[in-house]
Amino acid sequence: MNISSWFVARKDLSQGNKTLLGIGSFLFPLLIWCVVSYVPFVWHPMVRISNPGDVDYFQSGMLVDKTVYKDEQANMHTAGKTPPQGKPANPIYLPAPLDVAKAFYTGFTTAPDQQDGQWLYQSLWHSIQIIFWGFFLSSIIGVPLGIFCGTYTPVSRLIEPFVEFFRYLPAPAFGALAVAILGIYDGPKIAIIVIGTLFQQILIIANTTRKLDYALIEAAMTLGTSRIKLLLHVILPGVLPEIYRDQRILLGWAWTYLIVAELIGASSGITWFITQQARYQHFNNVYAAIFMIGLLGIGGDMLLAALGKRLFRWNLSANKE
Amino acid sequence: MNTTNHLPSYLEQSDAVRNRFDRLKAREVLLEIKDLGKNYKTAKGIVTALKDVNFTVHRREFVCVIGPSGCGKSTLARILAGLESHTSGEVLLDGKPVTGPGRDRGMVFQGYTLFPWLTVKKNVMFGLEMNNLSATEAGREAELWLELIGLEKFAHAYPHELSGGMKQRVAIARALVNQPRILLMDEPFGALDAQSRVKMQAHLLEIWRSIDITVLFITHDLDEAIFLADRILVLKAHPGEVQELIEVPVQRPRSPEQFASPEFLATKARLESLIHTPEPEPDAEVKPHMIRFVNIADNVE
Repeated sequence: MNISSWFVARKDLSQGNKTLLGIGSFLFPLLIWCVVSYVPFVWHPMVRISNPGDVDYFQSGMLVDKTVYKDEQANMHTAGKTPPQGKPANPIYLPAPLDVAKAFYTGFTTAPDQQDGQWLYQSLWHSIQIIFWGFFLSSIIGVPLGIFCGTYTPVSRLIEPFVEFFRYLPAPAFGALAVAILGIYDGPKIAIIVIGTLFQQILIIANTTRKLDYALIEAAMTLGTSRIKLLLHVILPGVLPEIYRDQRILLGWAWTYLIVAELIGASSGITWFITQQARYQHFNNVYAAIFMIGLLGIGGDMLLAALGKRLFRWNLSANKE
Repeated sequence: MNTTNHLPSYLEQSDAVRNRFDRLKAREVLLEIKDLGKNYKTAKGIVTALKDVNFTVHRREFVCVIGPSGCGKSTLARILAGLESHTSGEVLLDGKPVTGPGRDRGMVFQGYTLFPWLTVKKNVMFGLEMNNLSATEAGREAELWLELIGLEKFAHAYPHELSGGMKQRVAIARALVNQPRILLMDEPFGALDAQSRVKMQAHLLEIWRSIDITVLFITHDLDEAIFLADRILVLKAHPGEVQELIEVPVQRPRSPEQFASPEFLATKARLESLIHTPEPEPDAEVKPHMIRFVNIADNVE
């Protein structure tokens, strides 16, 4: 691929190049991470002590600041004692890719440290359930209401101004309230996801519904379509593919509310796993869990996209992607 | 127009044509429009789109409405369809006032407005199903119509797989399957290329001849209007008023060869003089001042 051909506005790409660049978009950040982790002179502000020498508070395996290490080395030199030895290292919060990959694997194979602890997959499954119920409850209210707002102007004027106001209230702000009303377990977490999703959902679905070509509605009316049939046989099927796409985007938003939601009340799910691991400074596990969420998100979305293509064969714009 | 001098008057009719018009006017009145007016409220005040429009259409008549842009011809069609309300006057179909959209008035739009999620056959069935016909009966009717318009092979195709002309055929079938009293067509062939447009005009005349339907056809194409119409309603702009209701002196059945016939040219000359009146057009102020930027020897003409 010629670089100058990259910057032709909206130029189409061959399938091969698309795949290549898609892989590249993942490989590139990974490469940066590898360089930072494995090339000693790139960052490595710390030193991992391999031999404490005569420094009494150093221990082998300990991470110390580079300046401290150098000071002690100089001190030992002038005192004529054995200087400490060590290798440059990154801070504990930046584990190397390989460590994270291992943690990703062992997360599923090792039993939890604590007796009452959960396996990683149990935590994940719990999170998925929270997301599912939050998004489901939001959708069974938000989608029909959005379609009504997009179809009937009085309904829209009655509902949308308030929703517009409410969507600016940050969902986590309702955490304490949700706990007071719904207890400390899953109830408030689901409620936070509903609050975070629903109000955006109503507005987005309403806007999408309004985008349906009015000429189609007029054509149906001249064919003698009654009002209720207009909604069921023209507006609904007409906007369904777009609503489906909106729902995919909204599901992504619901995921972003997950961590905050799970911190409310009794911490649970993948968030509980992450906070626990961070407490013990097992940052490789923390990263592994974060990536797991990302993978679940994108995997689910790809699945839904493929399903959408099958469901809406007639929709050109959906099939073009 | 130099040729105008040699042409007969557009008012002269051969005996055959006159007899036809006599028979046509003896038919019952299907559509009656009395003092129709339409005002819009805009930010700049009230705009009159239509004013004192009067005319009648007889059963199985083919009427074209023509006029410059902004004369309200589309508004007229939309009022007849019941998609817009009028502010004064009356619209009577079979003596009954039009109050809203209904299946007794079919409409074909310039944008094809086929339902993209339905196959061709389902599109044609749509009106029947909305009017509570069973799916099997509607399917049978739709198949008949698809055969009539020659698209039975495309019954299970989706609209996006069809060409513009085919889409418009489906749209016509979809409107006619409902057995409306009148078919309103709002520049239906405006988006088609010249070739498909000629084909569709002939096709439309064939349909009109074969079934009991009255057509009100909006267009801005003079040739199209003369080729199709029995009578042409000429509107003028600002406000939209009837200028003349012209009886087209061109004999039926029509064929493309008649485009060069004296009656055709006379009618066209008359329409041109009506539509391109000396009234100042909005872009009359725009006067290009072209300067030659090339070598005088490098002449393209």
